Amino acid sequence: MYTFSKKLKTVSIALMLIGALGVVYGFMTSHKSFEEVETMLAEEASHHGGGHEAETKAHVVAGDTDHSDNTHQDNAHDALADVEHHAADEHAEHVEHVQHQIANRPWSALYVAAFFFFMIALGVLAFYAIQFASQAGWSPVLFRVMEGITAYVLPGALIVLGIAVASGVIGHYNIFIWMDPEVVEHDKLIQGKSSFLNLPWFIIRGLIFIAGWSLYRHFARKFSIAQDNADINDNRNFKKSFRIAAGFLVFYIYTESMMSWDWIMSVDPHWFSTLFGWYVFASMFVSGITVIALITMYLKSKDLLPFVNDSHLHDLAKFMFAISIFWTYLWFSQFMLIWYSNIPEEVTYFVTRFADYKLPFLGMVVMNFVFPLLVLMNSDYKRIPWFVVMAGIVILCGHYIDVFNMIMPATVGDRWYIGIPELSSIMLFAGLFMFVVFTALTKAPLLAKGNPFIKESEHFHY
Amino acid sequence: MEASKVIHAIYTDDDVLMSAVKRVKSERYHIEEIYTPFPVHGLDKAMGLEPTRIAIASFIYGCIGLTVAIVMMNFIMIEDWPQNIGGKPSFSYIENMPAFVPIMFELTVFFAAHLMVITFYLRSRMWPFKKAENPDPRTTDDHFLMEIAIHGNEAELASLLKETGAVEVNLVDKDEAH
Repeated sequence: MYTFSKKLKTVSIALMLIGALGVVYGFMTSHKSFEEVETMLAEEASHHGGGHEAETKAHVVAGDTDHSDNTHQDNAHDALADVEHHAADEHAEHVEHVQHQIANRPWSALYVAAFFFFMIALGVLAFYAIQFASQAGWSPVLFRVMEGITAYVLPGALIVLGIAVASGVIGHYNIFIWMDPEVVEHDKLIQGKSSFLNLPWFIIRGLIFIAGWSLYRHFARKFSIAQDNADINDNRNFKKSFRIAAGFLVFYIYTESMMSWDWIMSVDPHWFSTLFGWYVFASMFVSGITVIALITMYLKSKDLLPFVNDSHLHDLAKFMFAISIFWTYLWFSQFMLIWYSNIPEEVTYFVTRFADYKLPFLGMVVMNFVFPLLVLMNSDYKRIPWFVVMAGIVILCGHYIDVFNMIMPATVGDRWYIGIPELSSIMLFAGLFMFVVFTALTKAPLLAKGNPFIKESEHFHY
Repeated sequence: MEASKVIHAIYTDDDVLMSAVKRVKSERYHIEEIYTPFPVHGLDKAMGLEPTRIAIASFIYGCIGLTVAIVMMNFIMIEDWPQNIGGKPSFSYIENMPAFVPIMFELTVFFAAHLMVITFYLRSRMWPFKKAENPDPRTTDDHFLMEIAIHGNEAELASLLKETGAVEVNLVDKDEAH
């Protein structure tokens, strides 16, 4: 049995406390009055020199926080045509727009971090189900680590849904503008989608997803423990687990797609992409596998997993390598198809990202593709723990930035920065994640000894 | 080169072969060659063969393929005749790069795969009309053959091989140098 070490518990609680303080600070400093934003913009303009003036004039928005659509461009053209008349109006609109962006930042920072840690747990749950459904012979020694990580699925998903709903109910529609009835009233495109994108239906869908995932997790865990205590020839629990894993994978691939439309894609309600669900899946899958590898190596370094050997690490690292490339394939396929055809209503998605997020947008490709490609290509390096840890940390940072790039351009636009609200949100959820996962790890022996494949897995070598 | 003598020990089971290899190695005899009808897992390790470097060669070939793709398309599409084709930006390579990535990828794989296969053929001396080097046709079906050079110690070597479970031990004159 694993005991949650005092040191680690202190670290996780400290992370949560410091993170919570930073999050509160972020919310307290994000409510700026109209005049404050006005002076701030004036200061910025004087720093940038005269060139900025023309730029701000062209930067007109439709509605409040809506700035990624083609009406934006129409408006901008109209506005430029009679710029003299509307200068004052525009100025007010611009200031209000920036005011909203600043107010959105702590919400989005919280949401990005919450989603990132939740998606790790969900990715691990999918990986775990695949191991069962494919009757993998190498991985059963890692099942308890995976079960520990998936304990975060339920709280993590509820938090993500909670923040999404709270941003509309408590906040001022800070993440999802389609929740704002005023925006919808003036927006034909969102009106057309409102039978799908409306708050009650959003909440119900979210709860159905969460219920399905948590039910699978609950029963898989239950059968796994029951199999430990069962007679040596009694594989009934394993068979049940096998069946529900197959069923869950079908449910998962549908709900994961819909979850990505709901929780991520709808921050840009004018934009859509068919590939998006897969793309988010690849991101969560590779982050999940990376976290399995990191926690396995941590526990192994404490001598708690004597049955895990180099070859298990090698296999995990191979998965990290392969799914990183799979992620890149989907990222590039989505980007290249939109870049190539250059249709205005969908290309704005990448135009805003390229204009305002150049470093994170391109940096994440380096971190999620080039780095793992070169580091994890060599077969010998995949067996060296510190090498895999290094690659894993870079991959996780890269996928945080991936989620950041999906949410932030729609909510804070060019007012982004990775500062106190972002870092403290990461700390808050990292602490919570560690606390939940390592607490779950103490609840059962670290070797799933009843699994019929456990002997094969213990002697696995590659 | 004068005709050398070798001993051929024939086995009918890969597990017996593996233990025989370990035994022969521990008695410090040099194994010239082993002929098997299928890959025997762990045989290379037991014989003490060096790991292959073909993956490294393949990586280098892939890099060459990538370079070829970049240089080729940079010359054709950007330098030689930078036409406006459907509004694609042909001002510099990087601006139009996404359109070139499928070709860059395919040529990398093409070079890596084909040159690696050719390297394999060259290094293992395989080509059409090549005379088969098989000392005993049964080794392509269900027998395993271990070849050891002898230097006047044939009696003790033969008894050692018999001991390890060889079903046949033959003394063979080998005239071709290899």
